[in-house]
Amino acid sequence: MAKGPYSDKVMEHFMNPRNMGEINDANGVGEVGNPACGDVMKLYLKISDDGIVEDVKFKTFGCGAAIASSSMATELLKGKTVEQILELTNNAIVEALDGLPPAKIHCSVMAEEAIEAALKDYYVRVGKDPKIVDEMKAKIKDKVKH
Amino acid sequence: MIYLDNVAGTKPDERVVEKMIPFLKEKYGNPSAHFYPLGREAFEAVNEAREHVANLIDATPDEIVFTSCGTESNNMAIKGLALNDNYKDKKHIIISEIEHFSVQNTCIKLLNEGYKITKLKVDNNGQINLDDLKKSITDDTLLVSIMSANPEIGTIQDSAAIGQICKEKGVIYHVDAVASVGHQKVSVKDFNCDLLSLAGQNFYGPRGTGALYVNKEVKLTPLFDGGFQENGYRSGSENVAGIVGLGEAARIAKDEMDTYIPKMQALGKKLMASLEGMFDFLHITGDKSKRLPGHVSFWIEYIEGESLLLWYSLNNIYGASGSACSSNILAEDEDDLAASHVLTAVGVPNDICAGSMTFSMSKYITEEDIDKVIEVTPTIVTRLCEMSPYYNKK
Ligand code: FES
Repeated sequence: MAKGPYSDKVMEHFMNPRNMGEINDANGVGEVGNPACGDVMKLYLKISDDGIVEDVKFKTFGCGAAIASSSMATELLKGKTVEQILELTNNAIVEALDGLPPAKIHCSVMAEEAIEAALKDYYVRVGKDPKIVDEMKAKIKDKVKH
Repeated sequence: MIYLDNVAGTKPDERVVEKMIPFLKEKYGNPSAHFYPLGREAFEAVNEAREHVANLIDATPDEIVFTSCGTESNNMAIKGLALNDNYKDKKHIIISEIEHFSVQNTCIKLLNEGYKITKLKVDNNGQINLDDLKKSITDDTLLVSIMSANPEIGTIQDSAAIGQICKEKGVIYHVDAVASVGHQKVSVKDFNCDLLSLAGQNFYGPRGTGALYVNKEVKLTPLFDGGFQENGYRSGSENVAGIVGLGEAARIAKDEMDTYIPKMQALGKKLMASLEGMFDFLHITGDKSKRLPGHVSFWIEYIEGESLLLWYSLNNIYGASGSACSSNILAEDEDDLAASHVLTAVGVPNDICAGSMTFSMSKYITEEDIDKVIEVTPTIVTRLCEMSPYYNKK
């Protein structure tokens, strides 16, 4: 196949997206959009009582990079704990996809934001303050810096 | 492979390529050196090409200036006028909001030189309003530059009527006819225009070739300084093989257009009707009848254009998309992600990345090719709809 701007991995996930769809009894749903290009991603999480991602699905309106980033994100999320998935940055998604063109990095950022949004929704549903997500994110960033 | 991106460039006609080859190999003389046979041969070949190009657009050979492409022709027309002392008192230019970047950006440059630019609005079908044009022309107006057909939505303007208005008001009229030449009848006499740009790649000629028609009454200041090639309008050694190819493409277009245009028109109508009948959330863009033959453009609610483009290409169908995402697929800067100015102008919502597609045919397209597009479309659209958070099955 001709390569074009996308890696084979990106094209593979674009053609065969993993975990595409909705989860009816999800307990964390996040929807984010990127005003620059108009893409939208909706992420559904089913988190077990002991805080592990049991199931994850997505729906995306977007370009090849956005669809591939969504698909890859769901793969990276499955089976992880809430703490672990907060550590999942867009860089990890880009790396797992064997790179994205510079103008398409924001599509992977959207996937990271969708994870955050879904987790915040989860915390609200289990009666906790969704700010925890921001605090934990800040801590992780701090750790990376030092 | 089903190549349906012919507004980006057509496949060169075999006869064009054949005609060019000797000028890349044994006939390598410089047309300026016409005192010996090798140079004279090149000189004569360039002039023969000039005749064919002139013939195609109802001009005379001495009104044709060869350039490197449509962009150069557009730049030469607009900047050439603006730089010329004969017109230094007039500082107003009128264009439409769906002009090619080579017209729009050239005009933006001139803003710094004290020019005022009026951008005429177009209706939802992509046509300018002739009354708006009349009202916009003032004593200060130097130039009206309106394309004859828009490559993205296919809409054809009424160039003859625009030309008539410009003539009555004594304003210079430039037509960017890059998308039209070879696809509709283009006559500088019918259009009443003073300047007209064309490019070889759009009608089965070689890439990197173009020409500007310059009416004898009009004075242009050349963009390049150098020798006296092209009547002093464009210095620099001629691209002889390219010019020969452009000339041959013009000759073939003149002879055969009447045969291939109706075929392309019929296939375009068939594709448009089938697509429209498939989904009520698929919308045709551009004027449905006043459009380039074999040109079909549309956008689909719930679906983003680049994904559509990629899926067609995975089915070996190559079209174009005007979505923000695809046009900037290789852009370095995310800030460049803006929806196509043409789609925005004709009212396609730009709060979403418009799922727009353009299929433009050539004379080589067959009915089977179009049937294949019709066959794969429902699967592609259904698949992308299923993935879209906007789409709720009714
Ligand atoms: S979806 Fe528009 S750039 Fe990714």
